[in-house]
Amino acid sequence: MVNAVLERAVIGGTGAPPTRGARIDVQGVSHRFELPGGPLPVLADIDLRLEAGEIVALLGPSGCGKSTLLRLVAGLEAASQGRLTQDGAPITRPDPSRIVVFQDPTLFPWRTVRANVALGLQARGVLKSQGARVDAALALVGLTEFAAAHPHQLSGGMAQRVALARALVNDPSLLVLDEPLGKLDSLTRLTMQSELVGLWQRAGFSALLVTHDVEEALFMAQRVIVLSDRPARIVAELVNDLPYPRHRGHPRLAELRHAALRQLGLDATW
Amino acid sequence: MSAIPLLALRGTRAPGRGLDPATGRAPTFWWRGLAAALAWFGLGALTRLWPNRVIGFSDWADTDEFGAAAYVVGAALLALTALGARAGRHARLSGAVRPAGAWLLALALLLAAWEAATAKLAWLPTPFFAPPQNLIEIYTQDWRRLADSAWNSVRLLTTGLAFGAAIGFVTGVAIGWSRVAGYWIHPLLRFLGPVPASALLPLAFFAFPSSHAAAVFVIALATFFPVTVLSWSGVAGVNRQYYDVARTLGASEWFLVWRVAIPAALPQVFVGLFMGLGAAFSVLVTAEMMGVKSGLGWYLTWAQGWAAYANMYAALLVMAVVCSSIVTLLFVLRDHLLSWQKGTVKW
Repeated sequence: MVNAVLERAVIGGTGAPPTRGARIDVQGVSHRFELPGGPLPVLADIDLRLEAGEIVALLGPSGCGKSTLLRLVAGLEAASQGRLTQDGAPITRPDPSRIVVFQDPTLFPWRTVRANVALGLQARGVLKSQGARVDAALALVGLTEFAAAHPHQLSGGMAQRVALARALVNDPSLLVLDEPLGKLDSLTRLTMQSELVGLWQRAGFSALLVTHDVEEALFMAQRVIVLSDRPARIVAELVNDLPYPRHRGHPRLAELRHAALRQLGLDATW
Repeated sequence: MSAIPLLALRGTRAPGRGLDPATGRAPTFWWRGLAAALAWFGLGALTRLWPNRVIGFSDWADTDEFGAAAYVVGAALLALTALGARAGRHARLSGAVRPAGAWLLALALLLAAWEAATAKLAWLPTPFFAPPQNLIEIYTQDWRRLADSAWNSVRLLTTGLAFGAAIGFVTGVAIGWSRVAGYWIHPLLRFLGPVPASALLPLAFFAFPSSHAAAVFVIALATFFPVTVLSWSGVAGVNRQYYDVARTLGASEWFLVWRVAIPAALPQVFVGLFMGLGAAFSVLVTAEMMGVKSGLGWYLTWAQGWAAYANMYAALLVMAVVCSSIVTLLFVLRDHLLSWQKGTVKW
């Protein structure tokens, strides 16, 4: 079955994504870091639902706790308070159905591009039976020719595409994107935004995207959650129902952008 | 986008064969080769035509043979120079020797100075300093014992190294990975690790059934300390995000150690191995001088006991070749395992 999904992804589906993404529920989640100088609250009573197959962006000031929320959703850390579930089942530890793509591609420098992409299959011991998926994932991000290269030979954008392939090869039902385009130059960034949306349309995963780029959040996501300063709480939710593929010059995007900036207290610059 | 040309070609640093490494251009006439050839002819003439200054005892043997060998080298260089001038199938051979031109010249001058200072002028006191031809005599007369010593040294060294490196690697990874292992091993390592391994030789000689086993133990100990510390620091210094990535991809604890921590720590482990190798050489020779009844260290003290200083030089030269070869082997292994690193030092 997993093969069928990736094949569909490679061949390219049509229009609306097939709904096989995860539904994520975040209920009353608060979190604090235990520091030597006392506890530091980073998240305050977050309630959030991610519908199956939806892209939701988290937007907020730098250091507000967005990435912490992602780590909780990914299962890399346990929340101090509250409940996180995936399709009703509690999230207690990392799972290959929820894959994180970090701001740094964090490719393993000692592995070739192909071996990096194969990491998840190898970790779960299914590389032998499903090895063909590696090539399919590389083709998906357009890096077939670079399968034998080592990470230090890649540009920033290509490295991030390898990181995407490494995530997609596992056929995740949730993609957790922690400022995945944050370190790319602005042109590569625009291209990659469209590529990500294209991948999402074909593969149909749910996606939770952290970014501090208002335009990126609005261009990619169906809903944008605006968070306050630390400890982060939800201050607004902007719904963007424009169909995909979207156009950056659409007046509705400008309207939403104004609204988002107002929520972030940056209204004066409009 | 995938058409961005970025594949850095490996090995572009080495100049092509037959090209002058200084200019990178196609070979011209090999002037340095000619100079080197003349210098070797000069060395041969100096050795054969200038009579030895005989002091006290019989003349140095093999003087004429040494001179003849210098002529042969000179002739070979001359031939290479002549062949290199004409491009053809010999160009490859002369291309391989060409970069060493200046060294070949310097070597002939050095040997000539040595020959003059010892056999010809007797400036250096005789039993302690021997002319080059005396080394030839020793290698032809005593090669069996030298080869045997070298073989025993290599065997002892590799046994000790293998134990020390393996145990050190496992210990270092354990300390870097497990809190419990760190709690128990770290204080021991801090307290006992810096003790010079050769200081434990007398203890080891009576604690172990044979001097060989004692030497293996002490060499292993000398290797163990740096390998442990650097494996540990390598594992402790692994980017935490590598673990996050692997864990979200479904990696088990075993996978995290074996496929993430160890490969990421490997460059540091090799630094430890190189340090351990140096320590092991030193302990090996000390052990052989103190109690082990074979090996190059033993040969050195044995030669000294007989005031056979030329034998000592011969053994030192063999030791240099052996140690340098082992270091080279380790570099080859490192270059093979760490080929993914860019800009590593070439030995």
